[in-house]
Amino acid sequence: MSSPSFSIAQSLDEALTAMAAGARPVAGGTDLVVGARQGKAPLPGSLIAIDRLDELAAITPATDGTRIGAMVTHATLMTNPIVVEQYSALADAAALVGSPSTRNVGTLGGNVMNGSPAMDTGAPLVVLGATAELQTSAATRQVALADLWTGPGQTSAADDELCVALNLAARPANSGSAYVRLEYRRAMEIAVVGAAASVVLAEGGAVETVSVALTAVAPTILSVDVAGVLVGEQIDEATLKTVAETAAEAATPISDLRATDRYRRHTVGVMARRAVEAAARRARGERIAIPVNRALGIGAAQ
Amino acid sequence: MTLETAPASINLTVNGVTYPVVADTSRNLLSVIRTEVGLTGTKEGCDDCECGACMVLLDGQPVNSCSYLAAQAEGKAITTIEGLGDGDALHPLQAKMLEAGGVQCGFCTPGMIMSAHALLERTPDPTEEEIRIGLSGNLCRCTGYAKILQAVGEAAVELR
Repeated sequence: MSSPSFSIAQSLDEALTAMAAGARPVAGGTDLVVGARQGKAPLPGSLIAIDRLDELAAITPATDGTRIGAMVTHATLMTNPIVVEQYSALADAAALVGSPSTRNVGTLGGNVMNGSPAMDTGAPLVVLGATAELQTSAATRQVALADLWTGPGQTSAADDELCVALNLAARPANSGSAYVRLEYRRAMEIAVVGAAASVVLAEGGAVETVSVALTAVAPTILSVDVAGVLVGEQIDEATLKTVAETAAEAATPISDLRATDRYRRHTVGVMARRAVEAAARRARGERIAIPVNRALGIGAAQ
Repeated sequence: MTLETAPASINLTVNGVTYPVVADTSRNLLSVIRTEVGLTGTKEGCDDCECGACMVLLDGQPVNSCSYLAAQAEGKAITTIEGLGDGDALHPLQAKMLEAGGVQCGFCTPGMIMSAHALLERTPDPTEEEIRIGLSGNLCRCTGYAKILQAVGEAAVELR
């Protein structure tokens, strides 16, 4: 290994050039540095700090949606009016990450590129139709999240590709989204399981479109097809029960320190129906405070 | 833990004073503050980003200094517990923690106060729920938290 180096990028070009030469990016360090200190993976020999790149820290309206810079922190996501109003599930998730100190430095790009199947922002991004914008000093490409995450902690991004933004689709009228997770405590927690839902309602309240994605029940964030169950239907006890069953059947969880596979399979169904229910309430115009977990008493008790 | 090492010159601005230090780029901010800068109020608890004993403020925001690279803090305003009081006069948060009995062994106290300070800077009149969330990255194994919550609430009143 070449001799270790550390530098602070003053521009995106500088960061991309450093990555082309083999440097790895560090933003908040809440995965990279903690992981190195825990012995999961050594700190890369060459690091380029990208957390001061203001051009990567903006939330900007785009013609067909919203562009969220990769350096936007969880603390910003959970309070930004555009995210809270239009992409509520993402705000729900950001508000559950770690603690205030984690949320102050932890970034959306970092969460996405760390590739954990338990990442809280992943399922919301999937149901909100996000793509990752990956850039090198030579080119930029948009990657669907399903093609980005290839396994636990693994992505299809090349070593010199930096995630510079997540691009989220525009939200139609009468739409709502929500993210809920099962947790054992209210802070510094990793999702036992979680679920995000996005719902668009037609006149009369029947479901027009619906997306559901699950957290921590598969090697990557798992998208579940519940359109056949819900589209054209009212959201009621019968359809929600089928959503829960469909999600539980789709899950392929593992047993670990936090839960057994059997428990995860059952509870992810519960989370899925609650996410759909909360998303539908928001689609009907009801205001449910961020995060849904706290507002509805889901997850760890007071 | 095996981290690659490389010495570098780093300028750290702690409590308004700039300290030129030489430290390996893999070093965490906590150890450089304690060893090179020589301010030992900031504590090492879990060393794993869980307990909050190492909490410092970076540009006014609480950050776990055990899991933040010292080199990455160059150019940012670092505030530690030593930066809160005025000479021998305690900051109201420190005084109220003592008065309320929010300190037992005291090991979590500096980090707890730094989180509380950041909270009160942006939320001068917090609800109890907001205090709980503001302190949710800080663990205390002695007090049961009730008197810490009380102390922060009382300090908020005094600071308003």
